[in-house]
Amino acid sequence: MHVPDGFFNVAVSVSAGVVAAAGVAVCLRGARRELDDRTAPMAGLVAAFIFAVQMLNFPVAAGTSGHLLGGALAAILVGPYTGVLCMAVVLLVQGVFFADGGLTALGINVTIMGIVTVLVGWGVFRLVSRVARGKGAVTAAAFLAALISVPAAALVFTLLFWIGGTSPIAVGTVAAAMGGVHVLIGVGEGVITALTVGAVLAVRPDLVYGARGLAKPLELREAGGTTVTVGAEERPAPASGGLRPFLLGGVGLTLVLAGVVSFFASSSPDGLEAVAESKGFLHKATDHALGSWALGDYGAAGGIPVGIAGVIGVGLTLLLAGVVAYAARNRRKVRA
Amino acid sequence: MGAGHHHQLYRPGDSVVHRLPPQCKLLAVITFAIVVVATPRENFWAFGLYAVMLAVVAGAARVPPAFVLRRMVIELPFVLFAFLIPVIGLGERTSVLGLSLSVPGLWAGWNILAKATLGVVASILLAATTEPRVILVGAQRLRVPTLLVQIATFMLRYLDVIVDEMRRMRIARESRGFEARNFRHIPVIARSAGALFIRSYERGERVHLAMLSRGYAGRMPIMQEISASVGQWAIALALPAVALAVLGLSL
Repeated sequence: MHVPDGFFNVAVSVSAGVVAAAGVAVCLRGARRELDDRTAPMAGLVAAFIFAVQMLNFPVAAGTSGHLLGGALAAILVGPYTGVLCMAVVLLVQGVFFADGGLTALGINVTIMGIVTVLVGWGVFRLVSRVARGKGAVTAAAFLAALISVPAAALVFTLLFWIGGTSPIAVGTVAAAMGGVHVLIGVGEGVITALTVGAVLAVRPDLVYGARGLAKPLELREAGGTTVTVGAEERPAPASGGLRPFLLGGVGLTLVLAGVVSFFASSSPDGLEAVAESKGFLHKATDHALGSWALGDYGAAGGIPVGIAGVIGVGLTLLLAGVVAYAARNRRKVRA
Repeated sequence: MGAGHHHQLYRPGDSVVHRLPPQCKLLAVITFAIVVVATPRENFWAFGLYAVMLAVVAGAARVPPAFVLRRMVIELPFVLFAFLIPVIGLGERTSVLGLSLSVPGLWAGWNILAKATLGVVASILLAATTEPRVILVGAQRLRVPTLLVQIATFMLRYLDVIVDEMRRMRIARESRGFEARNFRHIPVIARSAGALFIRSYERGERVHLAMLSRGYAGRMPIMQEISASVGQWAIALALPAVALAVLGLSL
């Protein structure tokens, strides 16, 4: 899924770069709170782990195999801020040293595979682990988080493609192809994430960030038969409040992305449309499946003005983000 | 670990390109990639000139073409995708060798193929002529956040260790006759991943303690100050400058 140079137009690449830079900046501050001066070695080693795990191929169906993206896994094991940071560093290293993913598409790659997978994965994980408690619930939540995070990333890819892709493929086709494949990959990712989290939980439950609330205080039974509870107070708080800045940031950045990009995209015809116009086949191109869809071509074909099409997109995104934010807020009230 | 313990991506050498300070090369490659992406895809000869420029750099750095070609395998998935676009693309169709292909699809496929290939080759040349550690020093000179650079430094430093750890686990599995053939074998792989995470995390904790015992206070000491002269900047930025000139001429 590493996007190369030239796959998206300049406006989308730049906007996604801004989103990624802002997201990484937020996470640098957040991770320093999660890990203080351990940030550099811990995040570095976890990033190396993510890189190595991405090389683990697992069989998906007959003859095909997939590999882990690792966003949800990182978020659950080390927390969302450190998770985004690790994913961003992995993608940076892959782009600069291994030429995997274009340098100008680095922002897009970090946004899709780093920020979106971690954000969605962590959101789903918190939602589910709020409903049920216990080790089994953590494993189930990890499964769902990873399962949903991968198609969500594919969805955002499709959205970006719709806004500023350079290929003349119907958005429906892209959505179907990306969605179909990534639901399959998501199942594999979900299974392997859940089992990995389960395996770590069995050996070192204290290392699983998402299961910090599960740690029981140490009970000392004294010779006289009295029981003393030790360390109940100084236990680290179970991942509280980590979600809100994330969600606010996510919503804000989505708005920026949608607003700025649709402005860019609508103010001037892109390369394809320019060619199409000059070659005189633009009228033919509008006969295709995309043209009949109301939101196709930024709403020009369906009679919906450009701005409104953008607003609908942002509205849908906000709705989704709002659901997650609402759940997260409730969670904090329950804890407080 | 005695001899030849440098990264396999890096080709040691003593050419003009190798000697340039990393921050100059990094900035040159990034601006070159931006210029390439901004070039309209109808300007065939501009892309040809970009390719010639990269070939000149490769020649100056004495990086053999075979080395670059081997590393270019990484973009294969998107090359396949680029060839698929004309088949599934929309718009006016044309007939090539009996196949009905989409004209905008052909343009898009060419666009991705040309720009992605140029970007990949530029990145490969950067990695081949600059040690990974030095690239990160250069990134720090370019005002990339220190913490991010430190994380990347630790990742690169321990990458081989972690990957080797995983390789040993794989050898252990395989020597017991294990081979991941279908869905039922995923639990074994997942347990390996879990063990790998615990080992990585615990190694991180040990590394942190070792750093503390050597006086780490949240900032890595800078061992060598790499500063670039005006002449070196001029040599490095000649690549994107010529590319920009080509772009300007082609518009």
